[in-house]
Amino acid sequence: MSYHLHEDKIKELELKANEIRRSIIEMLVEAGSGHTAGPLGMADVFTAFYFHILNHDPKNPFWEERDRLILSNGHICPVRYAAMAHAGYFPIEELKTLRKFGTRLQGHPERERLPGVETTSGPLGSGLGQACGIAYAARMDDKKFRTYCFMSDGEHDAGNLWESVMFAGKYKLSNLTGLIDRNNIQIDGMTEDIMPLENLRAKYEAFNWHVLEIDGHNFEEIVNAVEEAKAIYEKPTVIISHNIPGKGIPEIEFDYRWHGIPPGSGPTDKIPAKEQASHFLNDLRTLQGKITSEHE
Amino acid sequence: MLNKKAKLAENLLDKTKLEMLATRVGYGKGLVEAGEKDRRVVVLCADLTESTHSHWFKEKFPERFIEMGVAEQNMATVAAGMANYGKIPFISSYAAFSPGRNNEQIRTTITLNNLPVKIGGAHAGISVGPDGATHQQLEDIALMRVQPNMVVLVPCDAVEAQKATVAAAFNNKPTYIRFGREKSPVFTTQETPFKIGRAEVFRDLPAGPPAGRTGRQEEKTCTIVGCGMLLYNALVAAEELSKEGIECEVINSHTVKPLDEKTIIKSAKKTGAVVSVEEHQIDGGLGSAVAEVLARNYPIPQEFVGVQNRFGESGKPDELIESFGMGIGSIKSAVKKVLNRKNS
Repeated sequence: MSYHLHEDKIKELELKANEIRRSIIEMLVEAGSGHTAGPLGMADVFTAFYFHILNHDPKNPFWEERDRLILSNGHICPVRYAAMAHAGYFPIEELKTLRKFGTRLQGHPERERLPGVETTSGPLGSGLGQACGIAYAARMDDKKFRTYCFMSDGEHDAGNLWESVMFAGKYKLSNLTGLIDRNNIQIDGMTEDIMPLENLRAKYEAFNWHVLEIDGHNFEEIVNAVEEAKAIYEKPTVIISHNIPGKGIPEIEFDYRWHGIPPGSGPTDKIPAKEQASHFLNDLRTLQGKITSEHE
Repeated sequence: MLNKKAKLAENLLDKTKLEMLATRVGYGKGLVEAGEKDRRVVVLCADLTESTHSHWFKEKFPERFIEMGVAEQNMATVAAGMANYGKIPFISSYAAFSPGRNNEQIRTTITLNNLPVKIGGAHAGISVGPDGATHQQLEDIALMRVQPNMVVLVPCDAVEAQKATVAAAFNNKPTYIRFGREKSPVFTTQETPFKIGRAEVFRDLPAGPPAGRTGRQEEKTCTIVGCGMLLYNALVAAEELSKEGIECEVINSHTVKPLDEKTIIKSAKKTGAVVSVEEHQIDGGLGSAVAEVLARNYPIPQEFVGVQNRFGESGKPDELIESFGMGIGSIKSAVKKVLNRKNS
């Protein structure tokens, strides 16, 4: 069931997501540090937003009527930077400056440095509150733009986040949509071992939110959920996006050890460190081996 | 002698003739005044609407008042979002909780974002009284002044508190304003100058030598730099010392950050000794800021009147101020001590 996406559009988004994944690998290798699993897992969601959902203007990042996309779990910023560059916010070449001295692409994103990132983030649990503030203020002024807040599942351990969930529920911020990167991993292990989050749906519902669950690698589901959220007037909506950490690179998928390290420093039980980058890029170039390069 | 240009209250030294008002009352009035001046002003409060005097704003502008519940961390982040959008948010709570509890949120979402959120911290200082140590915030100046981009204001009475609140609304910077719970003398007037970043000399040195002395004036002169309601004690102490032949220049440094270095250095060069006075830990507060400036520019002996690296306790405000070494007698002793050091 596809209400909002033509098949050609889906193909286009899939190819774009693959380009973004390649950029993520390349920039992380160049940086020599950073997070791998989260950015790859959220590549499809970011692609859907930057190339279909968001009402935005890459040439005018301060446009007042733009939709606001708040990234709460700032550590997955490589995917945001890559999506922004491919959308035209800044030259793709600049992605190579990630985490380097003098860069606009800080290790964790900063509002004051790069137009378009909306908020500074990294310390977890505080993005939703800022998104609530923007949504509340926008409603005071009858603004029509929507505010989106991407969160990790692990950051739901933080108290500040639940204060914000309670606030949005009380004030019925229906112009706010949350999206949870439900990939089940955090730095120390699986979320349900570190500090169990389930039943996440029931928790949000108890705080007066509308809850949707999607496959975060299915563009139709991503877009349909966002459209449904727009139609819910009496409460905020949260989309629990079931994502595969490291999606797109079989050796990284589902492996929490890839949370906070770049290709080249990853676990070597499957691929030697030196070969990781080229191996992963080849995987992506050939769509996980489905296309055989003419040079091979 | 009192500086006429400061236009302080008449009968300043007779406490019985001064109006007594808490600085948080000035905050409440300032919120309403700022709200009248600009529709972008919004007030968020964490379940302490009356005691922070935010209720006047709530009554006048209910659509611009937001009840946050007991959630100071969320209050800081929601305010950051509202400022990000274009509002001018004030967040009201006790200083013990905001900025006491939400320091990281202030750092990441307000000062690093460089957003003009105004943090109103009420019930700061030991004069909170019977509530005891948990509610007597004594570290807030230190916490706030070390953050880049942050402006820190500590008004000395209710009239100045109102001016500081209105000025903060329009300075386009992250700003912390500190208020007290207890009623204190209103000794400035509407005409007393107030500008963020500019310290005011409330009492200056007499033109001639100190009474009863013919020797070098500078031997018995001292600078007192203070902020908050203890500034009144400093003025009284200076007056009493004058009768003993010791002359003090008293500076109201209501802006702890950015500190008015010029005024402080100028006075230091005149007197050669300084006493800092504040209702705060001596570590990291106004005294530290003054010492940092003088160490870099004009090192002179300094004594610190404030809380000496300990927590507060329950008691009456006046008895706590006395027993924690911030009364008039303690300020006089500190001046004499620093003069001994200067002249030895």
